[in-house]
Amino acid sequence: MIDKIKMEVRQLFDSGKIEGFLGLREFNGHVGPHLFTDGADLEGLVLGDRKAPGDSRYPLNKLLITIARQYPNETFGVLSRGCDERGLKMLFGSNQLDPEKVVSVGIACPQELADACECMKPFPDSYVAGQPAEAREFESVARIDAIGLDERFKSWLGEFAKCVKCYGCRDICPMCYCPECTLGGRNLIDVGSLPPESPVFHLTRALHMAGRCIDCGLCSQACPADIPLRTLYKKMADIVDEEYQFRPGFSDTTKPCLNILGEASKH
Amino acid sequence: MDYRTVLTTCTYCGCGCGLYLEVLEGRVVGTIPCKTSPLNEGKLCIKGWNIHEFVHSPKRLTHPLMRKNGALTPVSWDEALDFTATRLREIRDANGSDSVAFLTSAKVTNEENYLVQKFARAAVGTNNVDHCARL
Repeated sequence: MIDKIKMEVRQLFDSGKIEGFLGLREFNGHVGPHLFTDGADLEGLVLGDRKAPGDSRYPLNKLLITIARQYPNETFGVLSRGCDERGLKMLFGSNQLDPEKVVSVGIACPQELADACECMKPFPDSYVAGQPAEAREFESVARIDAIGLDERFKSWLGEFAKCVKCYGCRDICPMCYCPECTLGGRNLIDVGSLPPESPVFHLTRALHMAGRCIDCGLCSQACPADIPLRTLYKKMADIVDEEYQFRPGFSDTTKPCLNILGEASKH
Repeated sequence: MDYRTVLTTCTYCGCGCGLYLEVLEGRVVGTIPCKTSPLNEGKLCIKGWNIHEFVHSPKRLTHPLMRKNGALTPVSWDEALDFTATRLREIRDANGSDSVAFLTSAKVTNEENYLVQKFARAAVGTNNVDHCARL
């Protein structure tokens, strides 16, 4: 699988289509993001499956925004799983990345990862390596939905009470690109105090994930308190889909649904 | 193009969380927790997440300062070390080894902490060694 990716990346460099490739590299015993700038030197390039499939994924798209802003004339390749590609579509739609300047190098996730992620599409539209795994339902959401409202609310408050307010969920999120964040706004959030206001802090973020979250699950992985944020945002995605028939990165339109005024604006 | 991710260790406390610093054109611009670090497994606290912010702070000390005539004055390492060694010896000789204490730090490596306690015990002759992370 990695050989196919390396061959593809090398060809992209050789044909002059990209000047850099943002992927993952195993170096000094650890796996982290790395910008490869020479097709002849792809040593250490890995797919983020160190001990288990996808156990060392990073928000490459988010890092690409920083890089692309610094080098607006260069074209970059980027390693993309299904979720990453959904993220790319949304970032193109919200003008954070230029589709003319990004080449997605896709990989399909193995079934084990798709199961763990409860992923609705564990592969990008086009991929160089891997076999498409079966999609999975949001079982974690169904489990919580099965609990009565009062108990459910109590359960979430219990989860939020563990929060240490590290902002890691926001900082790791590939869709959190706003220069000013509501969670840092003194008018809305008591920024300097602990614990965070519950459930306002967490539900504010959840609301901002509406029409944005591409279900990569990096927030849950970054949470030092193991709050099941992914489940919360999966639920939010279901609500948005129901109300707006929009699921970020899946729908034909990649503009965030809350940016579209719809029929009401015509009156 | 100059964009690098540099694997390093958080200096805020003694835990030693692994992280990557994003370095763009020679400037540190971001922090990414290291997923494969066995200690923090891709997680950080709020201080760790923002550790890139202090690196280029103009408030950082970049050379030794000595108070001369009431004002902090930049001096060479030789002058600073000579002064410290001389005064340490004077204080120890006049008041005994236990009149001196050493406070070590979570912000330095294990090896540097080892050196400080070794210096305290072997060179100065005191067991007065403590650490800022002993909260």
